[in-house]
Amino acid sequence: MTLVSIIFAGVLTYFTRMTMVALISRDMLGDKIKSVLEYVPSAVFPAIIFPGIFINDYGTFIEMNDPKIFGALVAVIVGYFSKNIIATILAGLVSYWFLIFVIFS
Amino acid sequence: MLSKKQLFTRGMVDISPHMLSVIPFGIICGAIGVELGFDPYLVYAMSFIIFGGASQIVFLQLLSGGASSLVAVTSVGIINSRHLLYGAVLSEYLEKLSFIKKLLISYVIVDQGFAESNKFFKKNKSEEYLHYHLIGTGCTMWVCWQIATLSGIILGSFVPEELGLKFAIPLTFIAIVVQDLKKIDHVIVMITCGLSSLLFFDAPFKSYIIISPVIALFVASLLLRLKK
Repeated sequence: MTLVSIIFAGVLTYFTRMTMVALISRDMLGDKIKSVLEYVPSAVFPAIIFPGIFINDYGTFIEMNDPKIFGALVAVIVGYFSKNIIATILAGLVSYWFLIFVIFS
Repeated sequence: MLSKKQLFTRGMVDISPHMLSVIPFGIICGAIGVELGFDPYLVYAMSFIIFGGASQIVFLQLLSGGASSLVAVTSVGIINSRHLLYGAVLSEYLEKLSFIKKLLISYVIVDQGFAESNKFFKKNKSEEYLHYHLIGTGCTMWVCWQIATLSGIILGSFVPEELGLKFAIPLTFIAIVVQDLKKIDHVIVMITCGLSSLLFFDAPFKSYIIISPVIALFVASLLLRLKK
């Protein structure tokens, strides 16, 4: 790893952040595109959520009885009703820990 | 009308719960870099220059696995290309800013900051200094990320691996999208994206992270057509 490769990666990343903000004006995006863009959070974040739950560190699928599935379900339920970010994360982690340290240990 | 300072603070407050997952992840990220045998200064330089959690880990793993710099840099670019979508959404709220300010604010656009500021923007469209909310979320994230990765580099992985704290990352994003489960169209889009990400997980350069949103947005445009 060299500083040059990091700088290339950094410049590339910066361009992904800057391009649409600085170089695109509102008029260039039609109403149709804007209404599709409403879905961006729902269309992007599951690509971080699903592999984070269903795929392990070695790049293979987890078993259907994996504690992470249970933890994620608890997080969804707690998050849906509490509308609280900290409660959602803690509920998921604690139920996951409960399974790996108490039940499966 | 809220002042700049109030908006900045509001941004800080809105993103702070996510630090519960960001800080352990940053520590892990810094520690991995040193464990893989890279120069600590270079590992830290990534947090400053790239400033993108998941992409930094992939960069390290690819290079330590013998991949060429070209492959590693390309992967970082593809993983981070999702920011193009965030930028397209945010551009509507940032269009009044000068070009220089747009260039500066772009550096701090991150996943959780985009999510929280976008939620705030939708509810407070009339605020004049709206972008201070985004600066608030972005700067909080930046400071915490620098401190977390630095402590991981210096202290090693003092977060016990058995705790499986990497699992906090999907949880933090569940917290972001969970309220949209009330809307059936959003549920369809989320499931499309999630299943695509599993299907394309082995696609080269980690490109599942942009392939699945593109498929999901295509489904969203079909849903919009059906609605009419």
